[in-house]
Amino acid sequence: MILFDHVTKTYPSQNRPALDDVSLEIEKGEFVFLVGPSGSGKSTFLRLVLREERPNTGSVWVLGKELSRLSNWKIPALRRQIGTVFQDFRLLPNKSVFENVAFALEVIGKPRSHIRKVVPEVLEVVGLEDKMERRPDELSGGEQQRVAIARAFVNRPMLLIADEPTGNLDPNTSIGIMKLLDRINRLGTTVIMSTHDAQIVDQMRRRVIELETGHVVRDQSRGVYGYAR
Amino acid sequence: MRASFVTSEVGAGLRRNLTMTFAVIITVAVSLALFGVSLLVRAQVTTMQDFWYDKVEVSIFLCSRGSDAPSCASGAVTDAQRDQIRADLESLRPLVEEVYYESKAEAFERFREQFANSPIVENVTEEALPESFRVKLADPTQYDVVASAFAGRPGIEQVNDQRKVLDQFFRLLNGLQAIALLIAIIMLIVTVLLIVNTMRVAAFSRRRETGIMRLVGASNFYIQLPFLLEAAVAAALGAGLAIISLVAVKSFVIDGVLAPSFQFTAFVGWDAVIAIAPILLLTGIALASLAAFFTLRKYLRV
Repeated sequence: MILFDHVTKTYPSQNRPALDDVSLEIEKGEFVFLVGPSGSGKSTFLRLVLREERPNTGSVWVLGKELSRLSNWKIPALRRQIGTVFQDFRLLPNKSVFENVAFALEVIGKPRSHIRKVVPEVLEVVGLEDKMERRPDELSGGEQQRVAIARAFVNRPMLLIADEPTGNLDPNTSIGIMKLLDRINRLGTTVIMSTHDAQIVDQMRRRVIELETGHVVRDQSRGVYGYAR
Repeated sequence: MRASFVTSEVGAGLRRNLTMTFAVIITVAVSLALFGVSLLVRAQVTTMQDFWYDKVEVSIFLCSRGSDAPSCASGAVTDAQRDQIRADLESLRPLVEEVYYESKAEAFERFREQFANSPIVENVTEEALPESFRVKLADPTQYDVVASAFAGRPGIEQVNDQRKVLDQFFRLLNGLQAIALLIAIIMLIVTVLLIVNTMRVAAFSRRRETGIMRLVGASNFYIQLPFLLEAAVAAALGAGLAIISLVAVKSFVIDGVLAPSFQFTAFVGWDAVIAIAPILLLTGIALASLAAFFTLRKYLRV
């Protein structure tokens, strides 16, 4: 699913690499937590998977393709197979819940009949079927993140990337979001989630990859947030 | 690709940036109108050249008593000289298309007609006007052949090419056209800069949408198309205004004012306006689309 082979990424204005000789593999169907302090390289890792950045050396394989050899015009096709969720939700404020999810399908040219069918379905999966006509500012943070997850999942992607999805949410709401991500994972989608939330990681007991100053310092299946000291 | 989605995005984009859209439309209209006027002036010059070159003739003025040109030192032209000149002109066919002799009496008659309302007529006698041969050339540009053959010959005071007088006038018109074209080009550059800036603002104000579009895997083409269409629509509206102003110039300035006042010459017809209109439309749309395309390539990268 994802393979990092001796990947180093240094941003032009910095001396220290954001990722330094990272090699790891993530299998299909896994649920992976990416932990580590700010600046440890979590975001760079996710940006490399999305081909928003290219590595300086080494190669990144996602969904069977080596990304540095992927030509620019094929990137959209790659991203259609990857759902993305962010800490700040990234919803369009002047569109309803339904329209926000539909937007993701409209811009890749799906027919209207298809949109009318699958958007209510996915909103039911995230539990917002009765709030389809609301606008984002009428929803709670947790509900807004559910809309974002619905938008990421509406294409049934092979891979879901969540960049601190619970960073703006209170603990109870976070649990709901985690249950939803867990459910999506059980439907067969690989999930990679970066987080600072120790409680969630400890409860879920999934694979944990810890980064520090660009190095993988821990890779545990069924791990916890901190070192098991 | 869903047309309804794209058109609604274009409409929303144009409304959101109404003042900028307006500025783009106006600058496109002004620059293209100037461009159109300069093309119209060029068409006018061509029309006048066709009209006048057909009518111009070379005048060979013969010596009268009292002419002070060196070739007239022996006094007025003799009958023998006159016949010889006529014969030589005839021998230049087919370059010489027509030869017409104008006597002093005829010259005086014509002079009186031309200056009918002027007091100058009373001071001019028949004797003061030279007799002449009026020569019409098959190809007016071959004037030099005639000039070199006849200028300075005994009995000939002067060889005159009317084309030279006209050419000065055409040079003036061409100069005006060049100035109009220069201003038009400067305006078009300003327009391009404005479009570049407008697109930058538009791309920035919609970075949220375009960011989401990128993430869900919309193609570059799909992301940029609404912006490109916005620029093209604004440019097309501007070009429309430019064409309207060109039509106004043709019907009010040329047909309404110039043509009645200067009936002796020809003016450009509607065919010129019809030929220029699509040029303006295409120039506007192409320029705006290209400016937008290169701006967006920078600001809406994958």
